[in-house]
Amino acid sequence: MILTEHDLTALAITLKLAALTTAILLVVGTPVAWWLARSRWHFKFLVEAVVALPLVLPPTVLGFYLLVALGPHGPVGSLMQSLGGRPLAFTFTGLVIGSVFYSMPFVIQPLQDAFAAIGQRPLEVAATLRASPLDRFFTIAVPLARPGFLTAAVLGFTHTLGEFGVVLMIGGNIPGQTQVISIAIYDHVEALEYTQAHWISGGLLLFSFLLLMVVYALNRRFMVVQP
Amino acid sequence: MTIEARFRIDRGDFRLDVKLSLPGSGVTAIFGPSGCGKTTLLRAIAGLEHTATGYLKVGEDVWQDSQRFLPPHRRPLGYVFQEPSLFAHLNVRGNLEYGRKRLKHQTLTVSLDRAVELLGIGQLLERRPHQLSGGEQQRVAIARALAVSPSLLLLDEPLASLDEARKQEILPYLEALHCELDIPLLYVSHSRQEVARLADHLLLLTAGRVQASGSVAELFSRLDLPLAQGEDSETVIEAVVSGRDETYHISHLDFPGGRFAVAGKIRPLGQPVRLQIMASDVSLTLEPQRKTSILNIFPAVIEQIAEAGTAQVMVQLSIGSVRLLSRITRKSAVNLELKQGMLVHAQVKSVAVLT
Repeated sequence: MILTEHDLTALAITLKLAALTTAILLVVGTPVAWWLARSRWHFKFLVEAVVALPLVLPPTVLGFYLLVALGPHGPVGSLMQSLGGRPLAFTFTGLVIGSVFYSMPFVIQPLQDAFAAIGQRPLEVAATLRASPLDRFFTIAVPLARPGFLTAAVLGFTHTLGEFGVVLMIGGNIPGQTQVISIAIYDHVEALEYTQAHWISGGLLLFSFLLLMVVYALNRRFMVVQP
Repeated sequence: MTIEARFRIDRGDFRLDVKLSLPGSGVTAIFGPSGCGKTTLLRAIAGLEHTATGYLKVGEDVWQDSQRFLPPHRRPLGYVFQEPSLFAHLNVRGNLEYGRKRLKHQTLTVSLDRAVELLGIGQLLERRPHQLSGGEQQRVAIARALAVSPSLLLLDEPLASLDEARKQEILPYLEALHCELDIPLLYVSHSRQEVARLADHLLLLTAGRVQASGSVAELFSRLDLPLAQGEDSETVIEAVVSGRDETYHISHLDFPGGRFAVAGKIRPLGQPVRLQIMASDVSLTLEPQRKTSILNIFPAVIEQIAEAGTAQVMVQLSIGSVRLLSRITRKSAVNLELKQGMLVHAQVKSVAVLT
């Protein structure tokens, strides 16, 4: 076996992190994306800018502020402590929180675009066919935005897989707890273990490529169905 | 049942300010030039215009007043949009059943089979919207609106997005709705041909205001309205097939004022028909002509004369209780010394049977 047990643990943690992050973002991000796509609020651009921020912010900056906030002296950390918990810095939960922020635009933006592309009309039609607003959302908006959901899920997942800076800052690279696969690669390179680095990097490359390929192929099929 | 409404919508560059009372049966056409507020009015009735203030009562039910605003999904109506707007993720059957699933069974007075049959879409049920032609899509959209058994059916220029052939394909289905269902239809249109064929009642809108409201026959023949001011002005007359001349293959059509003789066999006896007479096909003489090929000559009284361009005048005639328009040259009007109240003879060159 070329990969060490550490590598496999790191891989498992990474997959778990990516899956959890994607799930949380789909649940939390969908209403936000829906609101962004439909709201005519004058200051909507403020929210859009905040959502897009992780795209341009150095991950270390994001990680640093999260570390400060989640650490024992930060607002979230001290709140956790006063509630009898422990600070979230250097924990898996902390990693999940960091990843949610880090991958947020990759989930929300495709969803927002997909919702916006549906337009007002199908929802108005559904309204005249007795569907309540919530009913319209689940039976019209969500099915019609299916390509957007697929894109959002895969981008969120693959982007979280490659996370490095945020995780390093907030997770602290604790093997078996917060060490993720991208940091494992870094450690291998540091230790001049190029074979392992090659195997993991190549594996990630192939996996990400395959996932994206599937998304684009599937979305093309959806598009054919939806003129 | 009547529909009473008062709406006000202010959008800065456009204002709709209307008060109307429409009959709760038959087809009411909302007619006017582009941008006059036809669609906005229809959307306000459906509850799709959230900024509309006012009052709406359909039959005994108040749908909107200063206290309440029934959201669109609680209004018992059907709406056909200008584009078919079928749900792309559902097949035709799914589209038709979408609204029905959300209603109690006993409120569904129009069965799915009936809606399917009326619009002739039985062959299409398992197809996806993108596999249908534009005309088929619009027929499915009409059936979908009908399938919720609405107490009011709103149609927003359902033919506007279709080419001429598709329009001719759908018009008979709309006429069938009119004849076979007891659902009042509000039909937005800017085509006078569609209005002449389909509508009983007419609401004329201009620049967000009601210009006139009345029966199609009445408004088409009123000289003060734009309908009687164009090149294609016409009169619409309701008649009944009363007899047939088998030797010459002529049908007799009775109207309150006389009897038309029209070439060809028209429908069974006793059947009501709607006739269209172009104003340019009606000429006037002071003496009844005996040696003429024109079959339809009626004594008529001149009610009104109005200028129609520089060379022509439009003459409104009454034959019994029926109004008829005649467009003649100004020169002829002067030569014959036509005046209000004069008795003349109207020679009708051609009568078209609309429905």
